[in-house]
Amino acid sequence: MNSAAPGPPAFMPSNATIRRPFAGLRTWCTMLAICLEERLAYRGDFIIGTLMRFLPIVTQVFLWTAVFNATSRADIAGYSRNDIVAYYLLTMVTRAFSSMPGLSGGIARSVRDGSVKKYLVQPVDYVSYLLAARIAHKLVYYLVATAPFAAIFWLCRGYFPPLPDAGTIAAFLLSLVLSFLLGFFMEATLGMLGFWFLEVSSIIFAYMLVQYLLSGHMFPIDMLVGVSTGIEGVTAADLVRWLPFEYTAYFPAAVWLGKIRGADLARDLAIEATWVVVMAVACRLAWWRGTRRYSAFGG
Amino acid sequence: MAPVTSCWIAIVFPYTSTMHNSNRGNSADGSVISVESLAKEYRVQDKPEGLLASVTGLFHRKSRLVEALKDVSLSIGRGEFVALLGPNGAGKTTFLKLLSGIITPTRGTARVLGHVPWERADDFRRRFALVMGQRNQLWWDLPASESFRLHKEIYRIEPARFKRTLDELVDLLGVRTLMLQPVRELSLGERMKLELIAALLHEPEVLFLDEPTIGLDVVAQHTIHQFLQAVQAQRQVTVVLTTHYMKDVAALCDRVVVITHGSILHDGPLAEIVDRFTTHKVVTLDLDDTPAPDRIERFGFPYEIRGPRVTLRIDRTRIADVLPEILRSESVRDISVEDVPLEEIVAKLFREAPAAETTA
Repeated sequence: MNSAAPGPPAFMPSNATIRRPFAGLRTWCTMLAICLEERLAYRGDFIIGTLMRFLPIVTQVFLWTAVFNATSRADIAGYSRNDIVAYYLLTMVTRAFSSMPGLSGGIARSVRDGSVKKYLVQPVDYVSYLLAARIAHKLVYYLVATAPFAAIFWLCRGYFPPLPDAGTIAAFLLSLVLSFLLGFFMEATLGMLGFWFLEVSSIIFAYMLVQYLLSGHMFPIDMLVGVSTGIEGVTAADLVRWLPFEYTAYFPAAVWLGKIRGADLARDLAIEATWVVVMAVACRLAWWRGTRRYSAFGG
Repeated sequence: MAPVTSCWIAIVFPYTSTMHNSNRGNSADGSVISVESLAKEYRVQDKPEGLLASVTGLFHRKSRLVEALKDVSLSIGRGEFVALLGPNGAGKTTFLKLLSGIITPTRGTARVLGHVPWERADDFRRRFALVMGQRNQLWWDLPASESFRLHKEIYRIEPARFKRTLDELVDLLGVRTLMLQPVRELSLGERMKLELIAALLHEPEVLFLDEPTIGLDVVAQHTIHQFLQAVQAQRQVTVVLTTHYMKDVAALCDRVVVITHGSILHDGPLAEIVDRFTTHKVVTLDLDDTPAPDRIERFGFPYEIRGPRVTLRIDRTRIADVLPEILRSESVRDISVEDVPLEEIVAKLFREAPAAETTA
């Protein structure tokens, strides 16, 4: 098979390396377990961060209450006051899946300070590692946040329409999982711009701004139905539907509230899934091109 | 590794199925590392001083080419222990980065264990390790044992073998009690020892060490020397290390490669360097009385006269003639003859290296 060097045969690494089915998956699960342990080491900091996230929603509810009080209309673009409160609470749930605090910044930092080298030297995939770390991050977050979320939803139960049917709930859950993946791959790709730019915080800031407007974090996207884009028969809402942003906040909430049904629901889920694939490929490409550039220029 | 694979699973878990080729990868002449005309150039941006210059710098940037490594060729056999010496910025770390595949060269070729390092094949990456000073492979907030567990999976180490290797390494370094403590609570020396264990768990055939003893106390340095020696002797690991400590070199390395300004200035056994670059011996005499300088000068250059203790530099070629004469004409209580300290030889070597040339 080979001509081994005439060294002592005691050390033959071919035996040390084992081939096991699903070895990659095993590695990944160990990575996940270790990331979980690491996250749990910070739980104190986490609890405070979690509770702080509930503050913006309170101001949103007050704002919309004021808006509704100022007009005599019972609904704005199809949303009653109750709908609006329910919508914001639901976007909080979707943001709990799709938001990725610190992901892009962390990647860019590891490029700048060189710790990304580790993933060039070791037989481990950086994107897989990031995904494991992020899932661990989310799981620990849910562990801490479920109780306060449940309490708030119970207190606000009066704002919600009756529970949707099982199909809608399934579509909602699917859209949530996809929104997690979409958020992850979008922000990971953004972070990898760090291979090209020394400082990515301004790019991240610009992204956050667009994201905030077009994700439905600020107002339900279907309120844009009345906004023309200048193209005949195409509203701003139609346009935003084909972008990835609304799937990270508006879409799952709208699904739960029964705003999107039937063929529209299937189409939008397909758009969301397509964006996940596109961004996953973009992320890999960015990693691949980025590390090549890194190897050529710096290291 | 095909980075963009059509399969979705492969995008998320690109290592679910890993291809192995069992190419043991030593070249015909038995060398584990062979490097030919390797060169690396960097384009660096000159940042001008002053506000006005900084503003114009927004539109027009001056850059110049720096040759970090130029035309380096060498070959290293299995089980060799090689030290890379050179002043800061000489290209040592660049060289290690090239050999471990972190960077791609501008020109030239290299093969490590039969692989082109910068292709970063998994089969290659499972067979070597790189320890870069403070850049840790260990997870900061977790005990080292957890990092080791992860390495076991990453490098696909068989459980029984993992346990045996870990026990062996931990005992060699005497760090069993540190295994369960979060890494951030450990001292620099303790962390370094655990870093070395992490790097050796998968029993790499080639080990690259970038300043492994930097900032460590004498005891820790000594422990690490003994450890590396034991590991190397036991497993025939090929080790390449960069260092600024001559103690590391004297204790460990049978071959020294001196790099200055990106080129190899000398490549050979340590004794050969000493031989080639020492022209003098250092002779220390303990006399009965304090001598007048001119009484001593005829033997050699008096380095230091402190009371009856005299340190002389004597030309190596004359030493056999001068020593009997000293013993005859002086009343000597004690005498020692030593080589010029290694640090001094190396410092001289660095200073006398041809100056850098950078292309504008």
